[in-house]
Amino acid sequence: MIRLGVPSKGRLMEQSFDWFAARGVTLSRAGSDREYAGRVEGAENVALVLLSAGEIPRELRAGRIHLGVTGIDLIREKLAGWRSHVEEVAPMGFGHADLILAVPACWSDCEDLDDFATIARDFRAAHGFRLRIATKYHRLVRAWLSAGEVADYQLVDSQGATEGTVANQTAEAIADITSSGATLRANHLKVIAAEPILRSQAVLFRSLAAGDEGEVRAFAARLGL
Amino acid sequence: MSKPGKQAIGQQILAAFRAAGAVEVAPDILLPAETLLDLYGEDIRARAYVTQDPIRGEVMLRPDFTVPVVQMHMENGAEPARYCYLGEVFRKQDHGDTQPAQPRDNEYLQAGFELFARDADADAEVFALFHGILAPLRLQATMGDMDLLMDAVRALPLSGARRAALLHHIWRPGRFSRLLDRFSAVAAPRIFEDPGAPWTGLRSPDEMQARIARLQADRAEPPLPAESVARLQRLFAVQAPAPQALAELRQLAGEIPDIADAVERLAASLSRLAARGIDLATIRFDASHGRHTMEYYDGMTFSFATPGRADWPPVATGGRYDALTAVLGQGRSIPAVGGVIRPGLVHELGGLS
Repeated sequence: MIRLGVPSKGRLMEQSFDWFAARGVTLSRAGSDREYAGRVEGAENVALVLLSAGEIPRELRAGRIHLGVTGIDLIREKLAGWRSHVEEVAPMGFGHADLILAVPACWSDCEDLDDFATIARDFRAAHGFRLRIATKYHRLVRAWLSAGEVADYQLVDSQGATEGTVANQTAEAIADITSSGATLRANHLKVIAAEPILRSQAVLFRSLAAGDEGEVRAFAARLGL
Repeated sequence: MSKPGKQAIGQQILAAFRAAGAVEVAPDILLPAETLLDLYGEDIRARAYVTQDPIRGEVMLRPDFTVPVVQMHMENGAEPARYCYLGEVFRKQDHGDTQPAQPRDNEYLQAGFELFARDADADAEVFALFHGILAPLRLQATMGDMDLLMDAVRALPLSGARRAALLHHIWRPGRFSRLLDRFSAVAAPRIFEDPGAPWTGLRSPDEMQARIARLQADRAEPPLPAESVARLQRLFAVQAPAPQALAELRQLAGEIPDIADAVERLAASLSRLAARGIDLATIRFDASHGRHTMEYYDGMTFSFATPGRADWPPVATGGRYDALTAVLGQGRSIPAVGGVIRPGLVHELGGLS
């Protein structure tokens, strides 16, 4: 029996269901809307496991699910050495979002990462502490800034309402996922750097720890992959 | 790998440090995170285990000994002072996209020696001590000198602001070379359009105006002459057995007179090593060695590496870190030089006897 993990609510769940339906496999919630059990029609030996999208990387790594739908951003942030634990089976074409670094829009002297590095240095000298970047993507942001050789900053954890931290003066900049940029603009922030830290979308991943490769391949073939 | 075996080697090294006049100290394993984070920034957060204490706030499993030893000395020590220690340090090993088959140790012993002294002989004393202890292992010793590089940067015909920026980023080679490129050309005009957005955040409009004024003043700066950059790059690239490197540096000092003092200090240090019986031809001098080490090494730096094991970290590293004591001493600075040996790696190489 193959265990397939899919986000348990919201647009990600609906789009995942649509993606599988377009490939001849109908996924649905069993019983009421409140129940996190699932039904699979159109494929043998597949069990649907509805999970929070954020938990899917961990379940894939542990091998408790064979296949899982989640964002590239979550896999790379949560799984150190991710290539040793999961394999990309198919990008799914939805859930597009960029992880970006944003600063106050009023900073007319900040256009790229070089500007940002200098501003961080000045800020640290003027305020006596490192410029704060609010984010929940600690590993990805730190690795990216380290590759860009930016010093004089610190990350502060923000698990929600990250765009508000600048106005609240608990951070000077933010690094977060954005799709349209509307929330950034509403909070008077702008994106710097031409390339985002990471371009993410929903991907069907295969767990390397779960095994049963033959069965998983057969199911992938059934989906036309 | 046996822990008692590593411990025994650690004790052996410690005994040698004690014989060199050091007093053994035992800093805490759990350290307040704030000082370390402020010093090393996110690099240390990526490498150290940080946890939360309900009363003390963020604390860190000891990622190195230098900071607690310096703090202890600055509180109640008097120069000259020699300290030694043996204990575990803890470092996360985040390998990026692929997990290696054999992850590197995240907990290992360090045996260290720190010398606080205003004595010109201090560099040679520490290097020779490490050289002597590690001699049975036939490691490759490499030495660098951040003093030389910084003096050369200070000698560039640049404004104070540009010079300070280069010195600040000397440990970040990519950023440093981008700055050099920028200073070598006429600055392109920049237009700072008012974005019409309300002011938000802690950085003030005055801070931004000050930077814009600096950027505008910067446009009037003459570009850095190509020969200045070429000379600097030649200095940074000096890499040879110590006697030959010294000859090259003396020649360069003819073109960059401001490094002459640093070159002669290095020459004096090297002759002190020779006087202690060290064959200088076996020491590799790499001018840029210190650019890849901890940011606060600002004079001599050294490492002892295992030939043929490029995948191993150095068995021993160290150097002069006056800048660190200046930051921790809040205006008070104490010349300091020290280093650490990893007994675990010594053990893997078969021990010291």
